[in-house]
Amino acid sequence: MRALPLALKSLRNRLGTALLTAFTIALSVALVLGVQRIRTEARESFASTVSGTDLIVGARSSPVGLLLYAVFHLGDATNNVSWQSYQEVAAWPDVAWSVPISLGDSHRGFRVMGTTADFFAHYRYGARHPLEFSAGKAFDDVYDAVLGAEVARKLGYALGNEIVLTHGTGRIGTAEHKDKPFRIVGILARTGTPIDATVAVSLAGIEAIHVDWQSGTQIPGHTVSADAARRMDLTPKTITAFLLGLKSRIATFGVQRAIDDYDTEPLTAILPGVALQQLWSLVGLAENALTLISSLVVLVGLAGMITALTTTLGERRREMAILRALGAHPRLVFGLLVLEAGLLTAVGVCGGLLLMYAALAFAQGFVMDAFGLALSLAPPSMLEAALLGAVLLAGLLAGAIPALLAYRRALSDGLSLRI
Amino acid sequence: MSARLASVTSATAAIRLEHLKFAWRGGARLLDIDELVIARGERVFLQGASGSGKSTLLGLLGGVLLPQDGRVVVLDSDLTALRGAPRDRFRADHIGFVFQQFNLLPFLSVRENVLLPLRFSARRRHAVLQRGEANAEADRLLRALDLDPVHHGHKVVASLSVGQQQRVAAARALIGDPELLVADEPTSALDADARGAFLHLLFGECRRAHTTVVFVSHDRSLAPMFDRSLRLADINRSLCTGSN
Repeated sequence: MRALPLALKSLRNRLGTALLTAFTIALSVALVLGVQRIRTEARESFASTVSGTDLIVGARSSPVGLLLYAVFHLGDATNNVSWQSYQEVAAWPDVAWSVPISLGDSHRGFRVMGTTADFFAHYRYGARHPLEFSAGKAFDDVYDAVLGAEVARKLGYALGNEIVLTHGTGRIGTAEHKDKPFRIVGILARTGTPIDATVAVSLAGIEAIHVDWQSGTQIPGHTVSADAARRMDLTPKTITAFLLGLKSRIATFGVQRAIDDYDTEPLTAILPGVALQQLWSLVGLAENALTLISSLVVLVGLAGMITALTTTLGERRREMAILRALGAHPRLVFGLLVLEAGLLTAVGVCGGLLLMYAALAFAQGFVMDAFGLALSLAPPSMLEAALLGAVLLAGLLAGAIPALLAYRRALSDGLSLRI
Repeated sequence: MSARLASVTSATAAIRLEHLKFAWRGGARLLDIDELVIARGERVFLQGASGSGKSTLLGLLGGVLLPQDGRVVVLDSDLTALRGAPRDRFRADHIGFVFQQFNLLPFLSVRENVLLPLRFSARRRHAVLQRGEANAEADRLLRALDLDPVHHGHKVVASLSVGQQQRVAAARALIGDPELLVADEPTSALDADARGAFLHLLFGECRRAHTTVVFVSHDRSLAPMFDRSLRLADINRSLCTGSN
């Protein structure tokens, strides 16, 4: 087709402005895709904070409240679960595995979670990823601690370092368990979940630092040394919550009902997926705002492209008139402009993709650190591909507006080249 | 000179306007020409003030504009009877245009500009290829118009002087031997000496190809170089330009 070489040469002549136009499109494409990606990633990473766990059980409370303190470590439980109830439920025939969780202490702003080594074996996040150690191993001794990736990075800890836990989760007026320091034996790989900001120790460890404590303070004159505590019975009397894995998912609702009806003690069992969805619908407002922003960005980008194309139209009137005088049909003039819009949009879309991947690669670490979002460099999804197609189509349509103007002008201008 | 008019028969006429009436949309009637006949091979100077409808008349001759009334017959084809695409093809095949300024496509080289009409006209392409290679013909025309193709052929158009650009435009209008050359104030950007030289070179090439020339200008001093000189005001009966 004779229009293509002409369009290319004409574009090359206006390389500066053409590149600027393509860059404008690239920026908005990158922005739209980026926002889109962050949006889906945020939703997915949120929805898959816990996976592979069939039920989360805590003292009677609202499902979202239980989810918040047991999984996100936000707020505190109003009541604990007795060790006895936990033992009973864990022994039910439908239960495949169980992991107790005991919360309430902290280390320099990071929550401490007492649990068992089973936690590392059974906890799953994302697409059923197991937890992995970037260094060391699971805790074994009473005074062993395993750090989440974020804790280790922010506080600059390495294996073998000793840390002191703080009683309670507040920042002011807290007492420290100075007499029973913990040794770091493992550091977990990054997960993008609240686990990253958690210090995991054994239930026995939690019990040991509290043997000589009552009502939030150490009992004066009754201090028990770390070694002496080892020899005591360190079975907890209560835990905060526990995770359940069932032998068959079909049993989930039955077990849930049985726990809710448990006579000995009022308990609540939640399905993590359902509770996560409920919680997401609470914070969904932010998602709607992102959607709104990304659609506005598309609009602004396209408006910019129409402006750029229409602006070049004035300076290209002479070009069109010359082509007309040489016998070019107005359709060629129309085609040239639409082709140009198409080329610019295509370059813009490709540039936008590159820009987005470059920005993602650049921001990945920072976003992970600041927001715990795992931005993936995955190839465009179906939705993103459709979005790019829509941008391309809109670009052609946007090019058609000035092209139509040029077409009508080419028909009515005559050959006068006075500008 | 106007005595020639009577001797032109329809077979030898390059241009014949009959009862032509034209007005821009929403405007008063600009052109009202009862009859204008230009013979083949004739070089006609059409003088008129700016705004008198000269360029509009050229648009009508080129089939870019259509009159509200009357006929425009060019080389025995009634342009008013042709549809859009055939009219464009007719223009590409038979007419070369030279304008006052902004003649060339700035993104093409000198030689590419000269060869441009061959993209749009198979007839002119064949005419050139019968005699040899297209590039050779472009170079021959450039040389005939006193431009060194070796030195200038690959240059960017913008690097040439206005006078050189006009000669490139003339070479482009003449490639493939179109029967009709239409020029719209092509010399007004040139100084007096360059004007004479440009017309001399242009006419030399037109004589060789027996090309009919319609040359429009407000500059009466050029009139003696042509076979015939017309005042648009004399042939246009339209009231609004009657004072010219």
